[in-house]
Amino acid sequence: MADQADFAEQAMPFMDALYSAALRMTRNPADAEDLLQETYLRAYRGFGGFTEGTNLKAWMYRILTNSYINIYRSKKRRPQETELDDVEELFLYRKLGGPASLLLGRSAEDELLDWVTDDEVKDALEALPEQYRLAVLLADVEGFAYKEIAEILEVPIGTVMSRLHRGRKALQKELYEFAKTRGIVSETPAAGAAPTGERAGDASSSEVK
Amino acid sequence: MSGPECEQALREIHGFLDGSITDDTREAIRTHLDECPPCGGAYGFEEDLRRIVAAKAIDPCPGELRSRIARALGIEGQADS
Repeated sequence: MADQADFAEQAMPFMDALYSAALRMTRNPADAEDLLQETYLRAYRGFGGFTEGTNLKAWMYRILTNSYINIYRSKKRRPQETELDDVEELFLYRKLGGPASLLLGRSAEDELLDWVTDDEVKDALEALPEQYRLAVLLADVEGFAYKEIAEILEVPIGTVMSRLHRGRKALQKELYEFAKTRGIVSETPAAGAAPTGERAGDASSSEVK
Repeated sequence: MSGPECEQALREIHGFLDGSITDDTREAIRTHLDECPPCGGAYGFEEDLRRIVAAKAIDPCPGELRSRIARALGIEGQADS
């Protein structure tokens, strides 16, 4: 059984990560602040039920998720469905030029880092339907394993995998919309075409090497 | 990206990156990726994308909130750190 006196020392280091997650969940700073405070108070009160030696971070995320669902879900329900049937595997990779970009000597990472901003990543995550958003946050931002996510969300592992699969597709679709808006990709890129547009200051990285 | 090995690599890409496939499958895919630049490129892209999403979706907790929570928990010494 965990000693309440040790709670702060052990739990305070997760505050930045939990605050980021709270922001993605609530999508506004005032609610995120309330949610984080509520999470820490609930965790403090319930710390006697935490088993020493198990994953405290996962335990805190479970409280965060439960608090979010209890407090916010009912008043901010949004349509859960999103059209993903037209989103194939490797959607964004293919849209950004796919294997052809390799021939141009540009790494996929350079390409992504070139255009996507912090705010765009955050907006793309926040645009996901809630069920997908929570799964993607826990897996791809926080690095939890399927089993841990299943415990945090209190759903079977198969459900986690299916939400992740759809959530990642939806995220790529959102990021692609940003790329289109900024002219980084055209609507129908020709096979082998490099992304074009306003990249005049970036010519060196677009040259064939 | 069209042979059976390419199809396997594509099918297992998230399992591979999530660490949820068997060692044998992982080894087979790793060998394939070394030999197949298109698949290697696709894996590199998905891996980079995850890293970029994780790195860019960070918001530091405001200091005032940190202090407020520390005070609420009755931890005076923690309030400034």
